[in-house]
Amino acid sequence: MTTPTTTVRKAKDFASDQEVRWCPGCGDYSILKQTQSVMAEAGLDPDQVVVVSGIGCSSRFPYYMNTYGIHGIHGRAPAIAAGLRMVRPELDVWVITGDGDGLSIGGNHFIHALRRNFNMRILLFNNQIYGLTKGQYSPTSEVFKKTKSSPWGSLDHPINPVALALGADATFVARSLDRDPKHLKEMLRRAHEHKGSALVEIYQNCPIFNDKAFAPFTEKDSKEVNDLFLTHGQPLIFGANRDKGIRLEGCKPVVVDLEKDGYSADDLWIHDERDLFKAQILARFFDDPHQCDSPCLPRPFGVIYAVERPCYEDLLEAQIQQARAIKGEPTLDQLLAGNNTWTIE
Amino acid sequence: MVLNALLMNKVKEIQEEVTIKFAGDSGDGMQLTGALFTDNTALTGSDLATFPDFPAEIRAPAGTLPGVSGFQIHFGSKKIFTPGDEYDVLVAMNAAALKTNLSRVKKGGTVIVNTEGFDVKNLRLAKYAANPLEDGSLQGYELYAIPITKLTREALADTSLGTKEKDRSKNMFVLGFLLWRYNRDVKSVERFLEAKFATKYEILRANLKVLRAGYHFGETTETFTTTYEVKPAPLPKGTYRSIMGNQALVLGLLAAANKSGLPLFYGSYPITPASDILHQLSTYRHLGVKTFQAEDEIAAICAAIGASYGGALAVTGTSGPGIALKSEAMGLAVMLELPLVVCDIQRGGPSTGLPTKTEQADLLQVMYGRNGESPMPVLAARSPSDAFEAAFEACRIALQHMTPVVLLSDGYIANGAEPWRFPKADELPEIPVHFAQAKASENGQPFLPYARDERQVRPWALPGTSGLAHRIGGLEKAHLTGDVSYDPDNHNLMVRLREEKVQRIAQFIPEQQITSGVEQGELLLLGWGSTFGVLESVTRTLLAEGHRVGHVHLRYLNPMPRNLGELMRRYDKVLVPELNRGQLAQLLRAKYLLPIVSFNSVRGVPISHNELLAFAREQLRQDAQVS
Repeated sequence: MTTPTTTVRKAKDFASDQEVRWCPGCGDYSILKQTQSVMAEAGLDPDQVVVVSGIGCSSRFPYYMNTYGIHGIHGRAPAIAAGLRMVRPELDVWVITGDGDGLSIGGNHFIHALRRNFNMRILLFNNQIYGLTKGQYSPTSEVFKKTKSSPWGSLDHPINPVALALGADATFVARSLDRDPKHLKEMLRRAHEHKGSALVEIYQNCPIFNDKAFAPFTEKDSKEVNDLFLTHGQPLIFGANRDKGIRLEGCKPVVVDLEKDGYSADDLWIHDERDLFKAQILARFFDDPHQCDSPCLPRPFGVIYAVERPCYEDLLEAQIQQARAIKGEPTLDQLLAGNNTWTIE
Repeated sequence: MVLNALLMNKVKEIQEEVTIKFAGDSGDGMQLTGALFTDNTALTGSDLATFPDFPAEIRAPAGTLPGVSGFQIHFGSKKIFTPGDEYDVLVAMNAAALKTNLSRVKKGGTVIVNTEGFDVKNLRLAKYAANPLEDGSLQGYELYAIPITKLTREALADTSLGTKEKDRSKNMFVLGFLLWRYNRDVKSVERFLEAKFATKYEILRANLKVLRAGYHFGETTETFTTTYEVKPAPLPKGTYRSIMGNQALVLGLLAAANKSGLPLFYGSYPITPASDILHQLSTYRHLGVKTFQAEDEIAAICAAIGASYGGALAVTGTSGPGIALKSEAMGLAVMLELPLVVCDIQRGGPSTGLPTKTEQADLLQVMYGRNGESPMPVLAARSPSDAFEAAFEACRIALQHMTPVVLLSDGYIANGAEPWRFPKADELPEIPVHFAQAKASENGQPFLPYARDERQVRPWALPGTSGLAHRIGGLEKAHLTGDVSYDPDNHNLMVRLREEKVQRIAQFIPEQQITSGVEQGELLLLGWGSTFGVLESVTRTLLAEGHRVGHVHLRYLNPMPRNLGELMRRYDKVLVPELNRGQLAQLLRAKYLLPIVSFNSVRGVPISHNELLAFAREQLRQDAQVS
């Protein structure tokens, strides 16, 4: 991780001179702005930051950052970033991916990067659609979704990215929204402070091909009943008047009405971001408010899980030191000769 | 021992060259036996070539024909170029091993069999109607039928090992017997066993015991009246070691890392016959070598690209199917113009093909198997020891010309062994590498990541360097700035510049030399890769017969050496033998408009001396008739 320098940075110091070419109203603008702002506030040196992406609308991100960057090939950003982490552990590496890039074509690299716990941030821009190829269903699209490639409705059961990340033993998993810049910024800050692979799933609106996909979570009239904002050590409370809570009855989460059911905040599930078992239950708060008969479980936003585990690149470095201590460093001549030689006079 | 030999009336016969084939079940330990015999042979100073030949299954059903694993060694007191067409000695541990190999034993050759491998079950599995040891079908061969399993168990009668564990040592009996037969010192084998089983005392003792039992069996059994000796070969003066192809390739990479002063990164996914590169490099953690066993072939090359971007000497290794998976990322490396070495240890294809057999059929894949105009330099190793130089040179070109480079080897080179007069570290050239230098951002001049020098090479600017922040990617780059550009003229320019950069490498590689033979004449044998040995031995035979022939072997397949066209035109006819359907021949015909004659073999084994010799003679005869 980069040591903060004495130079005061501004968000615009992280913006490149390239014209941003996302569609007007795209949620990516918000994510770009908050990322630049988090980097500035963390006092990062743009020359020590590398942004790596795959293919898709979100993956144009590196071109708009005045940092080092690689716009790679479809789905492979975590693998490129992994190679960079292994040889240059002092750099600050951010991976930008989308639901198609990261969960479909790059699903393999996504899970392996998380389980190896490379120290990098993975921002997953989830808009539940393929944007750059103009509107096919994605691996996070809801079942029976009608798109250009699924006029009769998609038959795919959607991936739950948070559950997938936990299944891959990710050490940091958070969820946020493009429409809530304050929360998004806080999640990016937390992700940046985490040492290890930090996944932030960001609900991002695509106004062209999948507008209002997340409206239940972002619109005034619905968000308060559908969004559950998590704070470590605080009870799970939501609702228009913060009148609803979640109780854990055995392994089963139950929505209770704080005004009518006779429960107080003390009776509710207290969020513990270090508890893997609870995190896995939270990950399964995945009811689709478009299709759900009430009462629906609200969708959790915030840091769902965060623990420390050694990073791959640190283990690699330690193993090199250990091997050196045991075996020393042979010269090139010794390597070339090996153990069995003979001489012809 | 000498006295003993005299007492037993044994005589020693000097032989100029010998080919031995060790054959048995996959679980019989024939590869280890062959490898240990090879190392022992190398230490005597004989020249040698080996050819391990094993099934793709780890343990194919015991006793069956597809389960036979073989190891062939050809050694002599003269220069040895091939693993040999026919065997002087066949060791057959069971009936299936005899059946699959007997046709290649020389008339009058020696056949050593383990009689326990010829019971009713083994005969049935090998599809023998009658026992070949008894029905006279081995008349005309010198047959030694030895109850190897029984003798092994007897040697270990006083140990606590179970029968299964005892039987596992029977390959050491064979090895001991062969070492006796060729008048060898068993010490190098004993040393190896002591290191291998350092922590398993009981097994070590058993192996040593059986090894000695095999040796003494030869010495004390009256039927064996003759031992043989092969004198050292007249190899150039110097210090030698025995080397296998993948091992030499690994050393070439380590040497290039050393000479460039860069850390070595190797991203790979296990695949036959390239896995040994990953295995061996992973033992060099103490040198700071970073090996990464990725989740798939694509991740392996992408991690290497990330490491290259970060300033490492980045390498990925695989075989043909892996190249197919890596090809999109190879195109990315072409676009990014970052150094990268992609090793392709070829095997029989297409698809999964013949994983453990050799072939040279990926040449067109690595030349052209990518989308768009995507030129990459291609080099090929020609022998196990040459893989060292080829790997070193591939790294040099990648680092100094900022390009991905393909290094071709194959299963025969990878697993074959030969003596190697290894170089001294200070005889190897330095590989100077220059990174773009930090600059103050105040001076107003933007950094141009795609500005080029006189070789058309762009700067290598490492992330973390002050003032050089820039973005690269797979989208077409604007000339100089590297910004995204869809401009038609710019694309046209950039395609040409990338091509020109690769073509200009021809000015930085040596002119093509003739390996042997006449400078101009009737016939040129032109090859690449692992056919080197057979082309050289056939050329020498033809020269001895009075033909005016030459042998040229290409290391550089793209770009080709600048004098190649002129060189080929000095011969009446150019013959290109390949383990494919004529891939280099196609490239040469297209580039030089010459009527190349192709000789092709795709049987998963090296071209034999005799088949190529016959074909070359026929070509010379046709020419004589025409003129």
